[in-house]
Amino acid sequence: MKKSVFLGALTVAGIAAGGVFAGTLDDVKARGKLNCGVTTGVAGFAVPDANGEWDGFDVGVCRAVAAAVFGDPTAVEFVPTTGKTRFTALASGEIDMLARNTTWTFSRDVDLKFDFVGVNYYDGQGFMVPTALGVTSAKELDGATVCIQTGTTTELNLADFFRANGISYEPVPIETNAEGQQQYLAGACDTYTTDASGLAATRATFESPDDHVLLPEIISKEPLGPLVRHGDNEWGDIVRWSLNALISAEELGVTSANIGEMSAGTNNPEINRLLGTEGNLGEMLGLSADWAKNAIAAGGNYAELFERNIGENTPIGLSRGLNAQWTDGGLLYSPPFR
Amino acid sequence: MSEVSFVRTEMLPEQAPPATTVGFVGWIRHNLFTGWFNSIATVLSMLVIYFVLSKILPWMFMSSWSAGSLHECREAIAAAYGEHHEGACWAVIRERWIQLFFGFYPSELYWRPILAFFSLFVALGPVLFAEYVPKKLIWFTAIFPFFGAWLLWGGSIWVPISAILGFVLGYVAYRVITPILGSLAGVIAAAAVPVLWWIALASLFASSLESIIPLGIEAVESRKFGGFMLSITIGVVAIFGSLPLGIVLALGRQSDLLIVKALCVGFIEFIRGVPLITLLFVASTLLNIFLPPGTNFDIILRVLIMVTLFAAAYMAEVVRGGLAALPTGQYEAADALGLDYWKAQRLIIMPQALKISIPGIVSTFIGVFKDTTLVSIIALLDPLGLLAGIRADSNWNGIVWELYGFLALIFFIFCFSMSRYSMYLERKLQTGHQ
Repeated sequence: MKKSVFLGALTVAGIAAGGVFAGTLDDVKARGKLNCGVTTGVAGFAVPDANGEWDGFDVGVCRAVAAAVFGDPTAVEFVPTTGKTRFTALASGEIDMLARNTTWTFSRDVDLKFDFVGVNYYDGQGFMVPTALGVTSAKELDGATVCIQTGTTTELNLADFFRANGISYEPVPIETNAEGQQQYLAGACDTYTTDASGLAATRATFESPDDHVLLPEIISKEPLGPLVRHGDNEWGDIVRWSLNALISAEELGVTSANIGEMSAGTNNPEINRLLGTEGNLGEMLGLSADWAKNAIAAGGNYAELFERNIGENTPIGLSRGLNAQWTDGGLLYSPPFR
Repeated sequence: MSEVSFVRTEMLPEQAPPATTVGFVGWIRHNLFTGWFNSIATVLSMLVIYFVLSKILPWMFMSSWSAGSLHECREAIAAAYGEHHEGACWAVIRERWIQLFFGFYPSELYWRPILAFFSLFVALGPVLFAEYVPKKLIWFTAIFPFFGAWLLWGGSIWVPISAILGFVLGYVAYRVITPILGSLAGVIAAAAVPVLWWIALASLFASSLESIIPLGIEAVESRKFGGFMLSITIGVVAIFGSLPLGIVLALGRQSDLLIVKALCVGFIEFIRGVPLITLLFVASTLLNIFLPPGTNFDIILRVLIMVTLFAAAYMAEVVRGGLAALPTGQYEAADALGLDYWKAQRLIIMPQALKISIPGIVSTFIGVFKDTTLVSIIALLDPLGLLAGIRADSNWNGIVWELYGFLALIFFIFCFSMSRYSMYLERKLQTGHQ
């Protein structure tokens, strides 16, 4: 009894010691670098090139935050994480923020004690089938073999969808997207299901992409966004508003090309507040006045990041869809800079 | 009719054997087509080999080396060999091989891991090929662990020097204490003094000397390590750490001292009862949570320790197998000669037990080296971990066989060399009279 109490106390002490941090912003500033958790490689979102330089849509968010804090988008240490190590890395303080296409769910936000600061990509689970199969809707997939990544939310969504529609399927479990790609091409399954962005990226690499179609049904909500540890709201605010700055910049027409001109002062007071020529928003965050200007200049506004990494002119070729500004019928809606 | 019967007066000259039993044809008849069963088997095997090669060779050689992306590869191959030919896209290896070997190590410092790699062989010379290299080289072997680590990680020269000093102090303590307090106290002092030195004084010593005489090379963070450099680092450390540790554990397991025996058995059985990947997760995630925040306990160091302990447990059992195979007469003979325990082990028991264990030891080495690829699961960028990044590159997304084939080839070269060396060693140490 005594021993178990002692062990329990030790555990609690250990967790408490691991969970309590002085302000993350101070730590980051003292270190001179932002430690940003990314994937070990997902096309368009975080990819190291031949020189070890990281690039991608999620990487762009990390760089924007680094630019907001230091004025230098290269002051980032990218820490590759896998699906299994990402949450511990964040909880233990090994990384300051995680931008690793992670779905915002209730339990991750509440139970795992993280704060999702926003959504940088609205995804959803879709299906890819060979055109030759002649299927036009996911509801016609009764009895199909389905390649599905184990241990992900997609696996649960799939079961929900087929049960709700009263049809059956046979799962072919796979471990990684790369394996899924091979299995699907080898004909081990009739259809491959994962996030629609991933399907589009996968299909783009096929030798003959036209032989495969994405079915219209999107069966789940997968809001992907950066997250930080629970309990350090000042740091959470910095990451949240850096992301919002990118989104607002698109809405307000501020791009990396015209930002120099705009930051000289404009007639639009919101742009002026965003870029720090009016008001003291930067000071409120504990950053310099031109924090948002630096964040936007790092890789451009949201639209520029999107188009350069995953947009329609890239091999991945995603359209904006849900990820358009609210003014264009999408879901991107940044609270005002005031 | 004459009465004379025929008597040959000279020997018949030797004749050449029939053409069908010598040379190429003879070899074929003897080895491939003896009897109908073997003939059928030969023909079938030939067909299989032909079928496999006819697919693989055109794929391997009618390929593209120069393209900038998978798409360009496909176009170049279609242009050169026709629309329906499927060729390998080796261009990805050409573009990324340096990354596969060095990870994200700063490119201007590549000479350091390369130098460390080649000095590894110099250091191994006195151990592996003792009769071909000068005896004095053993000194280089002794300092290589510190020298190699310093080359890889960089930083102040005083850090490895203060680490070496720990061993020197231990030796001095043993020499000083033994005549005064006896050999047991000497052994304890030899173990305790270096540990105290490393914990309490070494870093102070290194940093104060550094401030007086700053001498060092650019430090490289562990996070920059990757590719085969990482695999080889982990493999080499685990291999050369696990052998002595394994021998000690094996001896401890056979010891008559209850506590020593219980500790060794407990350690071996615990480690062998747990998969390596679990230990790696402990190293990468659990320790992170339990260590106080701000502790900078290097992830690669944690992995090195875990893999070494894991390999040591297996090594202990292999060595114990060798010990068990020795006839009791050998132990009794050592006792009869009046040798004490350590002398008996060093001169009689271990040379024989280790010789018997060589195949098992080398198998363990090879297994450990291949197990290093598991670190990709805890997001260390070993060659397999790097593949995820390379395959996510929009230029190379969709490439599979070329990359895995390349990795398999490199791993094969390393493992095959180890295996051949062990056979050489067995032949060299052969003392039986078969």
